[in-house]
Amino acid sequence: MPLNLNRVSMPEQEPEVRCHNFKEVNLGLSMESARAEAGRCLFCKRPTCIEGCPVSINIPHFIRAILDNDPHEAVRRIRVDNPLPAICGRVCPQESQCEAACVLNKKGAPVAIGALERYVGDYAIREGLKAECVVKEKKLKAAVVGSGPSGLTCAGELRKLGYAVTVFEALHELGGVLTYGIPEFRLPQEAVVKFEIEALRTMGVEFKTNRLIGKTHLISDLMEIEGFAAVYIATGAGYPQFMRIPGEDLNYVYSANEFLTRMNLMQAYQGDAAATPIFVGKRVAVIGGGNTAMDAARCALRMPGVEKVSLIYRRSEKEMPARVEEAKHAQEEGIEFQFLTAPTEYLGTPEGAVRTARCIRMALGEPDASGRRRPVVIPGSEFEIEVDAVVVAIGTQANPIIAQTTPGLETNKWGYIVADQNGLTSLQNIYAGGDIVSGAATVILAMGAGRKAAQAIDRALSVPAPH
Amino acid sequence: MFDIISKQLIAPAVWRQTIKAPEIAGKRQAGNFVIIRPKVGSERIPLTIVSSDNQRGTIDIIFQVVGATTMDLAEVESVQDILGPLGHPTHIANFGRTAVVGGGVGIAPLLPIAQALKQAGSRLTTILGARSKAFLILEEDMAPISDQLLIATDDGSKGQKGLVTEILKPLLEEKKIDFVLAIGPVVMMKAVSELTRPYGVKTMVSLNPLMIDGTGMCGVCRCKIEGQTKFACVDGPEFDGHQVDFENLTRRLAMYKSEENQRREARK
Ligand SMILES: Cc1cc2nc3c(=O)[nH]c(=O)nc-3n(C[C@H](O)[C@H](O)[C@H](O)COP(=O)(O)OP(=O)(O)OC[C@H]3O[C@@H](n4cnc5c(N)ncnc54)[C@H](O)[C@@H]3O)c2cc1C
Ligand SMILES: Cc1cc2nc3c(=O)[nH]c(=O)nc-3n(C[C@H](O)[C@H](O)[C@H](O)COP(=O)(O)OP(=O)(O)OC[C@H]3O[C@@H](n4cnc5c(N)ncnc54)[C@H](O)[C@@H]3O)c2cc1C
Ligand code: FES
Repeated sequence: MPLNLNRVSMPEQEPEVRCHNFKEVNLGLSMESARAEAGRCLFCKRPTCIEGCPVSINIPHFIRAILDNDPHEAVRRIRVDNPLPAICGRVCPQESQCEAACVLNKKGAPVAIGALERYVGDYAIREGLKAECVVKEKKLKAAVVGSGPSGLTCAGELRKLGYAVTVFEALHELGGVLTYGIPEFRLPQEAVVKFEIEALRTMGVEFKTNRLIGKTHLISDLMEIEGFAAVYIATGAGYPQFMRIPGEDLNYVYSANEFLTRMNLMQAYQGDAAATPIFVGKRVAVIGGGNTAMDAARCALRMPGVEKVSLIYRRSEKEMPARVEEAKHAQEEGIEFQFLTAPTEYLGTPEGAVRTARCIRMALGEPDASGRRRPVVIPGSEFEIEVDAVVVAIGTQANPIIAQTTPGLETNKWGYIVADQNGLTSLQNIYAGGDIVSGAATVILAMGAGRKAAQAIDRALSVPAPH
Repeated sequence: MFDIISKQLIAPAVWRQTIKAPEIAGKRQAGNFVIIRPKVGSERIPLTIVSSDNQRGTIDIIFQVVGATTMDLAEVESVQDILGPLGHPTHIANFGRTAVVGGGVGIAPLLPIAQALKQAGSRLTTILGARSKAFLILEEDMAPISDQLLIATDDGSKGQKGLVTEILKPLLEEKKIDFVLAIGPVVMMKAVSELTRPYGVKTMVSLNPLMIDGTGMCGVCRCKIEGQTKFACVDGPEFDGHQVDFENLTRRLAMYKSEENQRREARK
């Protein structure tokens, strides 16, 4: 049989339409095109795609069920490895993971695994399929701190293993970055994120919002007073970083977290209908080249009155850490990319609103520790751009609250929690994973860490205590 | 949901509420605050915990109705979300001859700290400022813990006519004060800090920038302290008044003035 290199393309809203709305950009595959795409899978004896997946989802197994016209079974199969398929299908960087490892990638047309995963996740949502979960109760309690992808995955896994699981979340909504960070047009809140979290609730996971661990309860309270046998810390890396250049404290210079939190968590994208305001003006500059920068730029572009959004990134297009699809979508929508450029200073109006971003051009020098070529300043290349708002999306750091309030919890020099390959920290029965251990990474890596830690917790607690 | 057990109008547009929140009551120390979201869809706003009752599992807040969110809070019977206790608790010690200076609704956050300072052995000179007699709050709570209680009102309807700084200045002049804690409008905290600086008297202030999450996640609460950026919700809210860039704070507080006014008018 000749190889079918006719990879399905994801239907999407037209750029000139979608740049004025917050509805989802990607529309999802129809049943016919999903089946046709599933038919391109070679069902390799040694599936390299599974090796390419950080959580080793049995990809051919669920693709087979799509091909067999049994999406119900596909849902069941994917949920064995991944409780959040509709989310991962939308936000994972498949092009550098499973799809990169697909043998058809050598021919330039890997199976659209991400689109198929999303198809299966969306089928579960459309049909309202509840997670099946026959639990043999263990009569032991486990606590999870933080309800981002890492905490959610760990909670689901521990629940399946029979633990009574409580998730403590500081914000008033669950989901971590999935809720406060990633915008509606990429990951719909109500339809997708809430559905997949609800599926965990029906499995018996208990959720407690409005609890900042380290303040409302200490980690030691959870163990000693509340009687949790183990704790998994998955608090993310949500502490915004600034560049420490003059003028960063001017009004309407936002951290990406503030900008996206106003937009998404507090729903400022709904305009006057939302209580929490956001000011964007006409000209917006976004600093950075990751997913966060793309999301902020594309949110800004969609706000009424915005005329121009510039994305300012200090390296070249090749080094941008954003998902390829996000950068492509951003470009199509009309975001202006200023590569090899960095701001050096912001100047303001007499009232203190940001007015001008003073920038400088860069050239690529020798590779740095990350292997990417280090940007170096081109002297004398300064120029200015007029702005009404600036979003600083240059990365995040570790939030200090848990480390400050948990004596004996080892952290590294950047404040991230030190944990071994199973997530065990320096304290007994206290585990950690996701961005708070790795530094800002990806949804799927955070999920993988959650799953590993759940299994390690189960092993540790299954050993009978010595007398 | 968190039930409001009782509410009381203690001055024009100033409410005291007792809210059932046992987990927060159990952990709260002087100087802590909470983030409150009165209803689904409301903003999240910071308010100081004025007192707590661990037995009953309640906390008290005192707030002035100034905009849409505080209007909502004054109306609801139970609040949707409360997060806390937040911020570093106040460093409490015997600071010797201490002036606690409160202005307007800033007297509310001042009260629990003054109580704790008194308990630690500090000698309290309490200076309260208000627009007029009607707007002066918590005088009866401050009186029993104060070694000396002095009042200034803008119109002279109670105590001395004028500003709190006019009362504080002669005390500094006579070298009667070792430590100052001031909480109130930004202009007042700034004036007090500027007044004490030449005397070299350590002065702490409690900053009230805009906040959203209160957990160190968004950075909207960033303040300039000795030229360094600090997040008031996790690094504060109390800072050394001689190190605070008050102009920066004033400017950042005005960021959403026009949106706030619009929303307040729309609520009316
Ligand atoms: C805007 C943006 C876009 C992104 N896009 C992508 C993408 O397309 N694809 C991708 O793979 N990755 C993306 N990422 C990265 C990805 O979202 C993160 O790597 C992932 O969310 C990390 O998961 P986590 O569970 O470790 O932490 P988080 O998702 O950060 O969740 C941590 C949770 O813990 C809570 N918390 C913190 N401290 C406490 C405490 N003391 N007590 C209680 N709760 C606490 C927080 O409120 C939060 O809800 C993006 C990140 C951002 C910011
Ligand atoms: C740590 C902390 C503790 C606080 N404790 C108290 C307290 O115990 N009692 C109390 O009444 N208030 C307190 N505040 C101030 C309170 O949070 C604001 O008054 C409230 O957010 C106003 O919300 P609103 O939607 O009703 O008004 P908005 O519509 O947001 O604002 C109305 C007016 O109030 C001003 N304003 C808005 N936010 C603040 C602010 N953070 N500080 C000062 N003025 C502001 C605006 O500039 C505007 O003029 C505290 C603030 C902080 C940061
Ligand atoms: S309020 Fe968001 S970081 Fe302080």
